[in-house]
Amino acid sequence: MSAQARPRPRRRRQPSAARNMTYVLLVLTVILSAFPIYWTFVVASSTNDIIADVPPPLTPGGHLQENVRAVFDNDSANFAKALVNTAIVSAVVSISVLVFSSLAGFAFAKMHFRGRNLALLLVIASLSIPMQLGVIPLYILMGKIGWNGDLKAVIVPFLVSAFGVFYMRQAISEAVPDELLDAGRIDGCGTLRLWANVVVPAVRPAAAVLGLFTFMMTWNDFLWPLVTLTPEDPTVQVSLATLASGYYQDYSLVLAGTALATVPLLVLFFVAGRQLIAGIMEGAVKG
Amino acid sequence: MSVTHRTPGGRRARGAPLTPRTAPYLLIAPFFVLFAIFGVFPLFYTGWVSLHDWDLISSGPHEFVGLENYRTLADDPDFRNAIVNTLGIFVLATVPQILIALGLAALLNQTLRARTFFRMGVLLPNVTSIAAVSIVFSQLFGREYGLVNYVLSLVGIDPVNWQAHKWSSWIAIATMVDWRWTGYNTLILLAAMQAIPSELYDAAKVDGATGFRAFRSVTVPMLRYTIMFVVVVATIGGIQLFAEPLLFDTSPASANGGAGREFQTIALYLYQTAFRSFDFGYAAAISWLLFLLVLLIAGLNALMVRRLGRGVR
Repeated sequence: MSAQARPRPRRRRQPSAARNMTYVLLVLTVILSAFPIYWTFVVASSTNDIIADVPPPLTPGGHLQENVRAVFDNDSANFAKALVNTAIVSAVVSISVLVFSSLAGFAFAKMHFRGRNLALLLVIASLSIPMQLGVIPLYILMGKIGWNGDLKAVIVPFLVSAFGVFYMRQAISEAVPDELLDAGRIDGCGTLRLWANVVVPAVRPAAAVLGLFTFMMTWNDFLWPLVTLTPEDPTVQVSLATLASGYYQDYSLVLAGTALATVPLLVLFFVAGRQLIAGIMEGAVKG
Repeated sequence: MSVTHRTPGGRRARGAPLTPRTAPYLLIAPFFVLFAIFGVFPLFYTGWVSLHDWDLISSGPHEFVGLENYRTLADDPDFRNAIVNTLGIFVLATVPQILIALGLAALLNQTLRARTFFRMGVLLPNVTSIAAVSIVFSQLFGREYGLVNYVLSLVGIDPVNWQAHKWSSWIAIATMVDWRWTGYNTLILLAAMQAIPSELYDAAKVDGATGFRAFRSVTVPMLRYTIMFVVVVATIGGIQLFAEPLLFDTSPASANGGAGREFQTIALYLYQTAFRSFDFGYAAAISWLLFLLVLLIAGLNALMVRRLGRGVR
């Protein structure tokens, strides 16, 4: 009761010790988050001798260039090819997921048709089934059509995504007003024109998040590419596994490769991290 | 209002095959066609393969063996070991992860300076690749030159051979999982925290609950569905735990998860059976069991998503 006598300051001002503690803990967390990445660059820019020092070095050395060159020159890793392959695969998959998800999401969000609820239920049910568990039949299937070892094997099965469809359905039902669609229809727009001229512009922010997620997930995919691709024509992650398997003691080489594989993602993260965070948090509230 | 409503005069879209009746089906068709081929078909084909003696080496017909693979599986000590390892790592990873994520979310759920910086800071690990994380942490946990052992030596603890024991390898792998996922889950929990109406805290305050007590008696109960959701996602992730144990091994090519299978997870055992021993029938039996398990969890998940949706809308 006595607290109610002076209601103003109690919500806003915390004891400053607790407040400082908050910042200390958060800064520590950020340091812990960033350290392994920082460490990757420390090792990637040092020689193996320096890493073996006690105490270990905590600042980058001057050997990044030669280590990077060693990664690209490594005969079994095929790293340059892997980078190109991964860029192609991630880009194609992301664009395709965006197109197909927004088309299907459009139908689910704004059209009534028979079987809609059942179809949507199927999408939701398949959301959490990990594709990983299907690697064996997929491998047999790819063997039959001759795609094992081919980039098609890591592209085609991922051209659509249940998560994408679900996500775009949510986004479209919120961001696209029915009146706008009606107006477009009166102007004589067909379904595809409505999609291109009304739906896509309205959900651009959500689409950016989905594209980002998909790109990162594809870039990072590990098990299936490892199974189906060969070290001669790999993705980056497969190439990393080759490096790590063959040269385990050569840390500066392996971590230089790791750093190279991570840089594109870091760049994306610093450019679009805000949107990514907004996407995760909105998705969490919507469930 | 919807697209299937008659347009004025029942007019059809110009020249397109997309009439209002067929349009929705054509729009969702690409998803369902690819999903059928690469999602549903493998599901059932796995079951079919699991009933055969199916190896990749002999090219003859695969002999139908009924439930033989499943019987073998029931008595397979390596499979049991893999289950124990997966569970152990899962518990070691998930419990601290959720506690830490809850704490961090509570810290972030205040008016802070540099809000975006801190949020990006916690999410940063999540954008790195699993292979990269596994490789970097394997180096950090190295016996000879690993930074972890160096730090331990500063407080007088002898170097640990992290790969050599169950407990130590589980801790190392759980650390990798937590480093990568705690921040992500923090943001999920933070979003849910922000959706809690502030009247609840006012009411709690009237009852004398502030600070940690308010956190315990208001925040945590209000987050229970979100926490369950996070646990379910972590469970499905745990079943798939693969890259970390594979690359943590000093000889990754073996897919053995340690010289004595100290940290061989179910997914790793599955991979080894299929792509090192080439025993596809047996590996398919493992897959199928996992499928059933995941379906069960997914069903639970779907139920919860619906409940959550109802609660928030």
